[in-house]
Amino acid sequence: MSLWEYANPVKFLALSERVMPWLWVSSAVCLVVGLIWGFFFTPDDFRQGSTVKIIYLHVPAALMAINAWFMMLVASLIWIVRRHHVSALAAKAAAPVGIVMTLIALVTGAIWGQPMWGTWWAWDPRLTSFLILFLFYLGYVALWEAIEDPDTAADLTSILCLVGTVFAVLSRYAVLFWNQGLHQGASLSLDKEENVADVFYFPLLVCIGGFVLLFLALVLYRTGTEIRVRRTRALMAREAKLA
Amino acid sequence: MRALFFRDLALALRAGGGFGLGLAFFLIVVVLVPFSVGPQSALLTQIAPGVLWLGALLACLLSLDRLLAVDWEDGALDLLATSPLPLEGILAVKAAAHWVTTGLPLVLAAPVLGVLLNLAPGGYGVLVLSLALGTPALSMIGAFGAALTVGIKRGGLLLSLLVLPLYVPTLIFGAEAARRAAQGLDPATPLLLLAGITLAVLAAMPFAAGLVLRVNLR
Amino acid sequence: MELKVTDLAVGRGGVPVLAGVSFALGAGRALVLRGPNGSGKTTLLRTVAGLQAPMAGSVAGAEDRIAYAAHADGLKAALTVSENLQFWASVFGQSDIAPALAAFDLEGLVDRRAGQLSAGQKRRLGLARLMVTGRDVWVLDEPTVSLDAASVALFADAVRAHLARGGAALMATHIELGIEADVLDVSGYRAAATEMASADEAFL
Repeated sequence: MSLWEYANPVKFLALSERVMPWLWVSSAVCLVVGLIWGFFFTPDDFRQGSTVKIIYLHVPAALMAINAWFMMLVASLIWIVRRHHVSALAAKAAAPVGIVMTLIALVTGAIWGQPMWGTWWAWDPRLTSFLILFLFYLGYVALWEAIEDPDTAADLTSILCLVGTVFAVLSRYAVLFWNQGLHQGASLSLDKEENVADVFYFPLLVCIGGFVLLFLALVLYRTGTEIRVRRTRALMAREAKLA
Repeated sequence: MRALFFRDLALALRAGGGFGLGLAFFLIVVVLVPFSVGPQSALLTQIAPGVLWLGALLACLLSLDRLLAVDWEDGALDLLATSPLPLEGILAVKAAAHWVTTGLPLVLAAPVLGVLLNLAPGGYGVLVLSLALGTPALSMIGAFGAALTVGIKRGGLLLSLLVLPLYVPTLIFGAEAARRAAQGLDPATPLLLLAGITLAVLAAMPFAAGLVLRVNLR
Repeated sequence: MELKVTDLAVGRGGVPVLAGVSFALGAGRALVLRGPNGSGKTTLLRTVAGLQAPMAGSVAGAEDRIAYAAHADGLKAALTVSENLQFWASVFGQSDIAPALAAFDLEGLVDRRAGQLSAGQKRRLGLARLMVTGRDVWVLDEPTVSLDAASVALFADAVRAHLARGGAALMATHIELGIEADVLDVSGYRAAATEMASADEAFL
C-alpha cells in the first residue's frame, strides 16, 4: 500500500469524498472558535488598540498564500517526475484559492495599515512581495486557461511554476534590498523575541489551523471538479470515436 | 548556430523586420513622461534613471512575441527542431540576436534620452553599464516567455503577463544602480547583483526554454 | 542502416489515431503512405521525424538521419532564394547549394526574394532544401502540393537520384510519381475505438 495509489483518480475521489466532510466541519469549527476567541476574548493591544485583531485574518491568509504556491510547486514537481494527472490537476485547483488568499492578505493588510501607518498602501517589502506573488498567480492561471490540450497545459504550467518560484524568491530579496520598509517583524517565528504575546498567539494558531483545513477542503473539492471535467472529456472523446 | 544568428540579424534589418521599432518606442515613452508628470527639471532628474530603465524594458518586451512566432507560423521552427542544432542552442542564439537588434540599440540610445530627462551628470556611465548588464537577461527571459506562448493565438498579451513579473529583480537592481550613481552614491552592489542575475539567467534559462518549446512542438 | 518502425502508435492531442504500424525502410527504398484526409499520415510522419513522441512502439535508426519537409516550407520572404538555401545548408553543416538549385531549376531565381516567388516556386525551393541537408532519409508530407506537372517530374527525378545514392524516402502523397515504391495504406491501422487516450484512460 503506497501513497501513490491515490494518484488513481477514482481512488483519489473516493478518499477525498470520505475526508472532505470532516475537513469542512473541522475548518468551520476552528474558524468560528478562533475568530470569536480572537475578536471578543483577547485584550486590545496597548499600542495598536483593537485594530490589531485583524491579525486573525491577515496572518493566516498570508501564510496560506505562500503555502498554496509551495503546494503547487510540489504538485508540479510530482507531475514532471511521475506524471500523475491528479497531481497536475491539484496544482491547477490550488491556484485560484491561492489568489484569493493573497487578495485577503493584501486587503486586510491595507485595512490594517490605514490606521497604523496612515496610508492604505505603502511600498513596503512585504506588501510588495505579496503583490508580486499575486502577479505570478495571475500568470499561472492565465497560462492554464490559454492552452487547450490538458497535458501540454500541465507541462507548461509546471515549468512556469518552477521558474516562477526561483524568480519569486529572487524578487523577495530584491525588494528587501530596494526598500527596508515599515512592516512589523514576523508575527510568528521560532525566534521567541519577535513573537506576539501568548494571549494573541493561541487564538491565532486556531485560526491558522482553520485556514489550513479550509484550504485543504477547497483544494480537494476543486480537484474533484477538475477530475470530473476530465472524465467528461474522456467520455465525449470516446463517444465521438464510436460514432 | 552562427548561420542562425546572422539570419535573424538579417531578417530584423531587412524591410518588414521591425528593426528600430523598439528604439522608436523607447523614444516616444521617454518623450511622453514629461507630458504626464510636468516639465520641472528637478523632478525629471529624480525620476530619469527609473523612467529610462522602464522604457527600455517595455521596448524590449514589445518585440518578444515575434521572437519565435514567425518561425512557428512558417514552419521553420519544426525544421530547425529536426536539424542537428540543439533546441537550447537555437533559443540562446535567437535571444542573442534579439538582444543585438533590440537591447543593444536601447543601451546606446539611453544616454541621449537621458539628456531629455535631465539625468544627473554622474549617472550616464552607470546607466549605460547597468542597461548593458541587464538587457541580455531581459532578452533571454523573454525567449522563455515566447517559448511558453508560441502555440497560442494572440499570445502577446499573455506573454507580457508571464514575462513582466520575471523582470522584477532585473529592473530593481538595474534601476537602483542607475539611481544610486545619479545621486552620487556607490552603485557597485546593485551592479554586481544585476550581473549575477544576468549570468544565472543566461546559464539556466536556455534549458527551461528548450524544455518548454519541446512541449509546444509535439 | 535501415529505418525500422515497430508496432508504433501515434496520437493527436492525446487521442490515438494509428496503432500497430510497423515497417522497415532500407537504403535505396521508398515508401509511400496512402489514406484519406485525417487518417493520421501527418501525425505518423511527425512522429517518425521525432517532433512528437510515440504513444507506443519504437522508431529505430532515425537519429540524426532525417530531413523533414511538411506543408510549411519555413522560407523567409525577406531573404533571397540562395540565402534561404545557404542558411539551411550551414545549419546542417553543408556548403554546396549548386546541385540543389540545379535539380529544382531555381538557378534563374537565385537573387529573387523568396517573398516574390509563386507558390510552386516556393515549394520547389522548400524541396531543394532537402538536398542541402545531406541527410539520407527524406520524410515528406504531401511534397507535390502546388507543383505543376513539369515540377513534379523534377521532384521525381530528385527523389530517384537520392534513392540511387543510397538514400531512402518516406512520403505521404496522392499522386503517382513513377518511382518504384512500396505502398502502405494507413487506413488499415486506425486505432480501435476502445483504445482510449492513455492520458484520459485513468479517468474512466
